Amino acid sequence: MSTEQRPVPTPTIGIPLMTDGTPKVAARNVNVYYGDKHAIRDVSMDISQREVTAFIGPSGCGKSTFLRCLNRMNDTIDICRIDGRIAIDDRDIYDRKMDVVQLRALVGMVFQKPNPFPKSIFENIAYGPRIHGLVDHKSDLDQLVQSSLERAGLWKEVKDRLDQPGTGLSGGQQQRLCIARAIAVQPEIILMDEPCSALDPIATSIVEDLIDELRASYTIVIVTHSMSQAARVSQKTAFFHLGDLVEFDETEKLFTNPQEQRTQDYVTGRFG
Amino acid sequence: MNTTTSGATRDKVARSLKRRYAAEKRFQAYGIAAIALALMMILTLFVTIFGTGYTAFWQTMINLEVTLYPQDIDPDNSRDAAAGMIAAARAKGIGLDGDAHLLDPRTAKQQALESDIATLSELALGRPMTADNPELIAFLKDRFLPANIGDEALVKDSLATWLGNEAGAFNRAIQSADYLRPVKQSISDLFPEVTGRRDKRSLYEIVSPGATYVLRDMVLDNPDLIGQRISVTVPMSDDIDQLEKGAIKAELPESARRVKDNQIAWFERLKDRGLIETTFNTTLFTAGDSREPELAGIWGAVVGSFFTLLVTLLLSFPIGVAAAVYLEEFAPTNWLTDLIEVNINNLAAVPSIVFGLLGLAVFLNFFGMPRSAPVVGGLVLTLMTLPTIIIASRAALKSVPPSIREAALGIGASKMQSIFHHVLPLAMPGMLTGTIIGMAQALGETAPLLMIGMVAFIVDIPGSPFDSATVMPVQIYLWSDSPERAFTERTSAAIMILLAFLVFMNAAAVVLRKRFERRW
Repeated sequence: MSTEQRPVPTPTIGIPLMTDGTPKVAARNVNVYYGDKHAIRDVSMDISQREVTAFIGPSGCGKSTFLRCLNRMNDTIDICRIDGRIAIDDRDIYDRKMDVVQLRALVGMVFQKPNPFPKSIFENIAYGPRIHGLVDHKSDLDQLVQSSLERAGLWKEVKDRLDQPGTGLSGGQQQRLCIARAIAVQPEIILMDEPCSALDPIATSIVEDLIDELRASYTIVIVTHSMSQAARVSQKTAFFHLGDLVEFDETEKLFTNPQEQRTQDYVTGRFG
Repeated sequence: MNTTTSGATRDKVARSLKRRYAAEKRFQAYGIAAIALALMMILTLFVTIFGTGYTAFWQTMINLEVTLYPQDIDPDNSRDAAAGMIAAARAKGIGLDGDAHLLDPRTAKQQALESDIATLSELALGRPMTADNPELIAFLKDRFLPANIGDEALVKDSLATWLGNEAGAFNRAIQSADYLRPVKQSISDLFPEVTGRRDKRSLYEIVSPGATYVLRDMVLDNPDLIGQRISVTVPMSDDIDQLEKGAIKAELPESARRVKDNQIAWFERLKDRGLIETTFNTTLFTAGDSREPELAGIWGAVVGSFFTLLVTLLLSFPIGVAAAVYLEEFAPTNWLTDLIEVNINNLAAVPSIVFGLLGLAVFLNFFGMPRSAPVVGGLVLTLMTLPTIIIASRAALKSVPPSIREAALGIGASKMQSIFHHVLPLAMPGMLTGTIIGMAQALGETAPLLMIGMVAFIVDIPGSPFDSATVMPVQIYLWSDSPERAFTERTSAAIMILLAFLVFMNAAAVVLRKRFERRW
């Protein structure tokens, strides 16, 4: 893959901005720099509520970087600098008054590699609600842990061993545990950074079904390397290339009838 | 064509294989040789130390029949007088606790000070008086006590001193009595034929001067022994002990050894009479230092080491971990942080005696803290172990996978929560290991403690970190420097005890780490 960048960002093809209704997430002219490297170039897009939006693109194209802007995980990287505006429910998340802890309670995240805490399954789920003070009583907490695990489709498998370490589960179960952990905080948006890249096909299909179910209650943004996965789970797909948001459209349209040559090359497997 | 090429490749590989395997074998042989050499050195060290030191755990003792004549122990018969005074004082309401043999004059004085002049003078002169009574002043002056007419505090103090002396007379008498005389008498009784001052003196030398302490402690424990004939087991002198253990050789000419021919003969006769026995050397484990090897023990140094390490641990662990967490997790990356980091690494390489000089200049001279005290030793060793702990703790924090931090941050934990709830527990085993390595280093440290005066000859067991003390490695150094032959084996024994503590600490480190790791 070439690393040269076009001097001027190309305008996004498709329908990056919503024409009707209010977006859940609205990004305008977002630029991200890692030191001297211009990682995201002038990206504007709307992400609509209760839908799955997929980010695709070759490695290093900026899709994960952009995803991590949505819950300010990039704050932990010292050399990372962001300008532009990202608003959730019309509130600028990079505003001074926005508390990052509050933001992350609102925007949950599931990572590429399953990363359960080295604690019991119960503690993994209970940690978030506990630090945020979401429950007052032990019985409520038990209830919340159970419902979170049920929604993640893990309850039947682990209900008899909640006190066992979360790290002792299989990869697919660990990833669903991480999803349950994110759900337990009752966020409105869930970001998923290649959630299935470390899983086998069976575990992948279970997680994909889960994403499909969660769509009813949450706004989901998923980064994926698998175009078939993007096609299966998402309603809208954004194609990133070299820091540009090249094309953003209905998933079906993007895969069957891409407007831009680079998108076409990528989805048909000619480069990437 | 193809087959010939692949055939040639196969031949070449086969030829090089032999060479490659030979190189591997050679490398393995070097490794095994290095390990064998290291093991041999350790073995030599252990054999030397154990071979020299194991005899120190035994002590040659003698059974003596000693008669404690009252005229030796309590020539003034102060026992009845003191008991009478204690009873009289108690009748006047002055609380003197303890029996006559237990009541120390100073303690009695302190207790008497709680009473008033009238009561005290009634006890002394039969009627209550005031501080300006000339009769009372004369009474005190007769007894060489300071007294001024009208000076209430001084008169009261003198009266209390008088009462203390009277009531504590028996205690003082048996504390300072001449126990050497009954011991000498007892030895003389065994060899009535020995006459002449020189011969008698060399005869007495075969028993340790510690015999008198044994007798004193027995009498202090039970004053009814005065006037009785008792059987005691007391240590032989260090030279006779060394003779018995074979460290001093009887075959050598008399001029070339510390034990004289006649002493050997007496000792042989004592053995024949069955008065000599070898017992486990409990003194080595329970006593403080002494000039007499048979009375010297390591316990004072063990307690000193304990207090010193306690201070070191209490200071260096929290400070070290806090510094490591700040530097690793919170500190901004700039030149100042880099400078601090470089300096911490440099500090770890600074010779420890420099920290001793620093402690001398800062803690003793500037802050005026007590000399020879474990608290100062602990402070100095804290300075020395901090870099070790900080470096180990930072490495432990670095090795925590970033995914754990991301997981915690991702569900909205604050930075502090993610560190304290998730990162620190995972880093703790590594931090503990670093701390215990630092502590083990501190336990064996000698040089900086010499600088702050912990090298002093201290007989008493320290009761707190502020008392004068020495530590085990310094004790080893002191003993190794002593001319007496018997200190050689005690030096090795002390090294063995120090090694035992080190092994114990390392085992504790392993156990602690396992315990923490089991919590995943």
